Amino acid sequence: MAINWFKYSAPTTFYGLAGKLIPWFAISSALLFAVGLYIGFVVAPVDYQQGEFYRIIFIHVPASILSMFLYLVMAGYAALGLIFNTRLSSMMATAIAPTGALFAFISLWTGALWGKPMWGAWWVWDARLTSELILLFLYLGFIALHASIDDPRRADRASALLAIVGSVNVPIIYFSVKWWNTLHQGSTIKFSGTSMHVAMQQAMFTVLVACWLYAIAVVLARVRSIILERERNTTWINELPEVRS
Amino acid sequence: MNGLDIWMREHTLAYVWLGSYAVAFLIFAVEIAMVRHKRKITLQQVRMMRDAEDEAGDAN
Repeated sequence: MAINWFKYSAPTTFYGLAGKLIPWFAISSALLFAVGLYIGFVVAPVDYQQGEFYRIIFIHVPASILSMFLYLVMAGYAALGLIFNTRLSSMMATAIAPTGALFAFISLWTGALWGKPMWGAWWVWDARLTSELILLFLYLGFIALHASIDDPRRADRASALLAIVGSVNVPIIYFSVKWWNTLHQGSTIKFSGTSMHVAMQQAMFTVLVACWLYAIAVVLARVRSIILERERNTTWINELPEVRS
Repeated sequence: MNGLDIWMREHTLAYVWLGSYAVAFLIFAVEIAMVRHKRKITLQQVRMMRDAEDEAGDAN
């Protein structure tokens, strides 16, 4: 049976689908957080160099990956909205921005907490840290620009340009540890393999998936409010059970 | 070494938990609360608009 994916690109059908999916993503995320943290704090051994401090990795790395990946997804949706003038794409980009900004903040915050005992400083103007800070500012710029324009369609177009131009920062963050001499360590996990203990890898990937599911749940919940707000003058919104009650 | 440096080295797990995980989960909790609040407010606005339109329709 062929699924018509374009059907779900319309706010009318996506609204209901998102409402059904949110609890599944939220519950799975909570369970995976619990499992990931159990492996990370109980099963995974202590690092021989960093001691217990290394356990910040289980939130720091997933938050950093999510902050970069969400930006690319946001820029992708913004580009789709700009090129094809699809309403839902722009709404999704708007819904992703606050969650991406929070993950960028968590990445910087946990990085500072890890940096202090390891490097002796909360912050250094290192290429990786600075480019991640720029990512946070790009998210904040996107949110501020969108909020500053009253007409939602014009706001979508203006902020989409910012998101697309800003996406050049993501490869800079990723490759910064290779391109420049930085205090920040290089990638622990590479395509060629890793020296990490298997329990550490399991904990990190479990929390990464948990963060992903959390982000999807929150973005879907936020986009439902955006759909309600923007489509409030339509008949289908006024016929929704939650609106009629 | 200042007081915080000494404390973090004596209570490493507390530093890791309170500093990073508790803060991250607090941020998640605040975000969830904001999303729920936004939905509640948006629904109220949509209902108010619908009621206002119904009243305007009745008056005509």
